[in-house]
Amino acid sequence: MSDKSLPDGDGKGDGEVLTSLGEERAGTDPRPDTDVEHASLASPISWLPTVVETVVAVALALVIGAVLIALSDQSVIESMPSIFSYPQDFFGRSWDAISASYAALVKGSIGSGGAISTTLERSAPLICAGLGVSLAFRAGLFNIGAQGQLVIGALLAGYVGFGWSLPAGLHLLVAFVAGLLGGALWGGIAGVLKARTGAHEVITTIMLNFLAASVVLYALSKDTFQRPGSDNRLSPPVDESARFGQVLGTHVGVVLAFVAALAVWWLLERSTLGFELRAVGINPDASRTAGMSVPKVYTLAMVIAGGLAGLAATMNVLGHYDSLSPTMAGSIGFDAITVALLGRATPLGTVFAGLLFGALSVGGVAMQASAASTPKELTQVLQALIVLFVAAPALVRGLTGLRASGSDSAMMAKGW
Amino acid sequence: MGMATATAVPGRTADLVEVRDRASVVRRVKLVVVFALVALMLLFFALGTDNPTVLYTLGERISKDAPATEVNGQVLAWGSLAVALLALAVAALDRVPRGAWGVALFVVVGLAFFTGFLVWNYADQDLGRPLAMVNPLPGTIRLATPLVFGALAGCLCERAGVINIAIEGQLLMGAFFASVASSLAYSAEMGLVGGVLAGVAMAWMLGIFALRYQVNQVVLGVVLIAFASGLTAFMLSQIPNDPDIKKYLNEPLVLQRIPIPGLADIPVVGPTLFNQTLLVYLMYASVFVVTFLLFETKWGLRVRAVGEHPKAADTVGIKVNRVRWQAVLLGGVFAGLGGAYFTVGSTGSFDNDASAGNGFIALAAVIMGRWHPVGATMAALFFGFTWTLQAQLQVLDKIPGELLRASPYLATIIAVAGFVGRVRPPAADGEPYVKS
Repeated sequence: MSDKSLPDGDGKGDGEVLTSLGEERAGTDPRPDTDVEHASLASPISWLPTVVETVVAVALALVIGAVLIALSDQSVIESMPSIFSYPQDFFGRSWDAISASYAALVKGSIGSGGAISTTLERSAPLICAGLGVSLAFRAGLFNIGAQGQLVIGALLAGYVGFGWSLPAGLHLLVAFVAGLLGGALWGGIAGVLKARTGAHEVITTIMLNFLAASVVLYALSKDTFQRPGSDNRLSPPVDESARFGQVLGTHVGVVLAFVAALAVWWLLERSTLGFELRAVGINPDASRTAGMSVPKVYTLAMVIAGGLAGLAATMNVLGHYDSLSPTMAGSIGFDAITVALLGRATPLGTVFAGLLFGALSVGGVAMQASAASTPKELTQVLQALIVLFVAAPALVRGLTGLRASGSDSAMMAKGW
Repeated sequence: MGMATATAVPGRTADLVEVRDRASVVRRVKLVVVFALVALMLLFFALGTDNPTVLYTLGERISKDAPATEVNGQVLAWGSLAVALLALAVAALDRVPRGAWGVALFVVVGLAFFTGFLVWNYADQDLGRPLAMVNPLPGTIRLATPLVFGALAGCLCERAGVINIAIEGQLLMGAFFASVASSLAYSAEMGLVGGVLAGVAMAWMLGIFALRYQVNQVVLGVVLIAFASGLTAFMLSQIPNDPDIKKYLNEPLVLQRIPIPGLADIPVVGPTLFNQTLLVYLMYASVFVVTFLLFETKWGLRVRAVGEHPKAADTVGIKVNRVRWQAVLLGGVFAGLGGAYFTVGSTGSFDNDASAGNGFIALAAVIMGRWHPVGATMAALFFGFTWTLQAQLQVLDKIPGELLRASPYLATIIAVAGFVGRVRPPAADGEPYVKS
């Protein structure tokens, strides 16, 4: 491997500004695949040196978000025709809009005790489902099915929660376990199919998502699930006896999310199964040769991943008393994929990513209510940009002049 | 590989023969089980029909040109059963041919199953005016259009070694800008141009991050979907509700059907294939063009080479990343057209999440079709067909609507688990190429 400068084929002629950056990168840091994969096995927190890059990535995303805020503000638009004669008008109004929006974003998400507990409650399911996606990633499986697993988990937890009557403590426990089992079942289907027939998990989890949506519609069309006196497809909320208790202004589920992160960390880094899981994720053929059962690992990984998504479902159903409805899961399952990716498929990273996304999503609502009335969809753009920039350290370095920090961030399963 | 070993080492031939034998036993058992199930279902359908008179029309709805005709369902139902039993006998005797004849047998059995299924569904109606069976094929083609375009984009990217999970994002952006372009230019055809530009812009993002910055392509795809979904929702919320402004931004003209003179008058085939919008005709051409490009041209050989073994391709002087860029951007053209379907190709105005998961289905179609444009098109048509059928049968209330709604996805899981099994993606799919 020589340190020759940029090869011809390396995307010349597109994005002239960044060409020199690409050359430098391709020239000095060939980064063979083996190194990358090695890093992901050896050091679970290999992303720590890249904290600076992550912060820069967030800052970059906020800058682009600021432009969008300015463009979405009525008074800024009105000042635009006179941008050359009265530039101070345009910039002053832009500044007002941007600062009002971001202030609302921060204040709405972490500005008060109530805001913080809302953020935590919003983050908890993202963290849990994100852990599920991360875990599957480490086993080399791309679990798009968190959404479906979550929906089925919510369905079972909810059904036990309002359909059965049991003594107080037991009721909560049974509903909770039902939620986990529902998710584990749905994830397990994809796992078993992958293990036994080789059916691609991307296809099966996508289909299982749609299937779960149909199952919920079917269930909600039945009288058992129908809230009395409602014409909408809506279930009653769970009984008093099946609700999470409160700790420090948030429900216990938030604590469970952090416990789950710890458990997943232990599983991945300290247990035999976790070792097998990571080994299979890096090289299934070598793992088979070493005597591991790849089908078993695939199945277990998906069962656990599904269980974690089911845990996320219990947060909403038992912690937040959400009724079952066709749209109850929102896009948690899909956001969880982004959260897992931002967290680089590590438990700690997933927790931080989940907290960030939860804060952004809670703050987005406050932003919409603020003086600048920035649409809350902006936070979704912000989330995507943050992950994009975090995943492209070369771009961040090029734009900011940061120097490469030894090894690039280790990512998980690339490819199918 | 296996054959080479067999000829080189004669002593091991027996092992290989045994392995192949086991595979064919599995195949035989599978076929027998499937055909037996089909026969059983058909028997159930035939026995479950009391009043076998069924109305049908060859048109998409009953009209003067396509009047409803009565047919004796009993004959059809038992006839279908006979076909299934015949196929079962062939499978039991292990005489199911491979290749084209085998496919033909599957098609015949499939048709027999659907005949029996439809007769059972439409028979014994207690509605005031009995509904007639209508031709599901035009709807199939329409609903499959965005899937086919999306799948073509996927095939092109992935054959070149760039994973494209972002099809859904490309479709969304294509849908939004097709609507805007059509509204601005007051022309549905300009909407297609807007869709293409948006699709290519998304492809450019895919290219710049995947090829230049070597971002993990799975991450990238997911992020681009989130980005497109957020950005389109953001932009949609920026369009004022004031009708005077809105009509220039999100009230597009919609593509009209263009019957092709002569061809459109052929019974069944005409209304199915040749009385569609410009977008659908573009879809036919695209499938042909992509297949031809990939498998009959020098460029296609290069695309497949950089997708399978970029280093080898580089060694013989192929500019790996340049070819990948070309494939990704060309894919963007098709994805953009697919996106345009959701606005100018069908309902008009853009709404949040207009593509409604079609991009994910297209992704599944790419894998089901084993990264081949024709295979992916077949998978897309399968979805279009089940969706159309589901919409038609929903009214009859013979099967719970939710089960019908779930059937395409259930069928996909069964098909993928039972028959497609392990698929082999292009060898270098998802691996950035850095010259060393």
